[in-house]
Amino acid sequence: MTAAGSTESELVAALLDGKHRALARVITKIENRSPGYRDIVSRLHAHTGHADVIGVTGSPGAGKSTLVDKLASTYRDRGETVGVIAVDPSSPYTGGAVLGDRIRMASNVGDMDVFFRSMSARGTLGGLSTATADAIKALDAFGKDKVIIETVGAGQNEVDIVRTADTVSVLVQPGSGDDVQMLKAGILEIGDVFVVNKADMDGAERTVAELEEMIHMRRNPAKNLNTGHHDPVDDDEELAAVAADDADGGETWEPSVVETVATTGDGVEELIDTLAAHAEWLVDTGEIETRARNRYAAEIRQLVRGDTAALLEEVIDEAGGIEALADRVLARETDPYSVTDELVGPLRECVREELDDG
Amino acid sequence: MSTQEREERTIRCLIAKVGLDGHDRGAHVISRAFRDAGFEVIYSGLHRAPEEIVQAAVQEDVDVLGISILSGAHNTLVPKIVDGLKEYDAFEDTLILVGGIVPDDDREEMLDLGVGAVFGPGTPMEETIEFVREHAPERE
Repeated sequence: MTAAGSTESELVAALLDGKHRALARVITKIENRSPGYRDIVSRLHAHTGHADVIGVTGSPGAGKSTLVDKLASTYRDRGETVGVIAVDPSSPYTGGAVLGDRIRMASNVGDMDVFFRSMSARGTLGGLSTATADAIKALDAFGKDKVIIETVGAGQNEVDIVRTADTVSVLVQPGSGDDVQMLKAGILEIGDVFVVNKADMDGAERTVAELEEMIHMRRNPAKNLNTGHHDPVDDDEELAAVAADDADGGETWEPSVVETVATTGDGVEELIDTLAAHAEWLVDTGEIETRARNRYAAEIRQLVRGDTAALLEEVIDEAGGIEALADRVLARETDPYSVTDELVGPLRECVREELDDG
Repeated sequence: MSTQEREERTIRCLIAKVGLDGHDRGAHVISRAFRDAGFEVIYSGLHRAPEEIVQAAVQEDVDVLGISILSGAHNTLVPKIVDGLKEYDAFEDTLILVGGIVPDDDREEMLDLGVGAVFGPGTPMEETIEFVREHAPERE
């Protein structure tokens, strides 16, 4: 590893120096889990913690990519640099994928300060959220002011990805009751901001009303009697009022609903203001640290589990392989619990001894 | 080295339509075939400028850049893309393929520029995929 160590530090140095190619290569190594990627991410960690990380999720066709494009160009107009990671599904059969989000990035072509990267869900369970989190660190360390994670909100995997963001926005398109059904199934809990995109379509108002109702029901069952809360979009005062009239002493964030038309850019400024308000709330309440701490805890757990699982695979191989063990169980020579005790027992003793020494 | 660092390498390709020609059926067919071959494919969309292709190829860190040109403008567009890739140190380890209508006389010129291969109409899909598998750049 010593020979490789130097190229890794060179790569990290080039990334910190603002070389786009180095950033791209680091993300590739993270995606491929190439030898040395862990060392790279370790080195980058000290340089992270500056970017606002925004997650954008929603069902296919809701307009995520188009909205992300507009968000990125608006941030650029404000003089901020942007990194985007767009996650698309891959085929479980061939592993192949067509990553189509880049097509929508029409407003930012030729602007290298928008770093757009497509990633595919390579079928590694839980691995994608780790890879995404590591890729965010790379963009953060590179010095991006805003990092946007875009993913289809369909299952646990996607929820895990979007949880790597500080602020999560969930996109809903009007007139699709099914979307709202989907939200009920769990995505609702993770949304800090709900965006009704294609707000020029029929049924937008109804969708906004339904969302607001659900938010109020969730936060405070008694609160939905509180009328006169129609349009939390148009100004910051309203947002402040929403936060202030919260019964829990302003500690909780009441998700807001924003209407946008991503194709024209309508509402994007308001959305950005809302995202900023949430970012500010995170800092003011200290929630940003709580979230980061939880995230790191989850990350450590996941890595420890992954490494331990890899160690255990070695133990299983040493014992003749999983098939041979299963055959013995099948032949009633032994049972799964005894096999597990045989395999893990020595490890347990080893660990206990180690801990006692310490 | 930890076993967690077992490599999961996937060949990444950018299929690019550059310039003014508006026919991307071929690019679509290639994209799907590559996907089914297990590659990750990023499709650029129509009417891209060379700079956009360079930006995409650099940021996505693709192994293979497939440029589809049917308009006859390859002599202008391909050199611009090659220069752009060089500017970002991305030329050396990107396999460039050109697909579409390229007259025989121009093929040598394309290859001299650093294009890996030129695939004309009627090239069997398997041939292209095999070429990519064999020639996708090895990276440290």
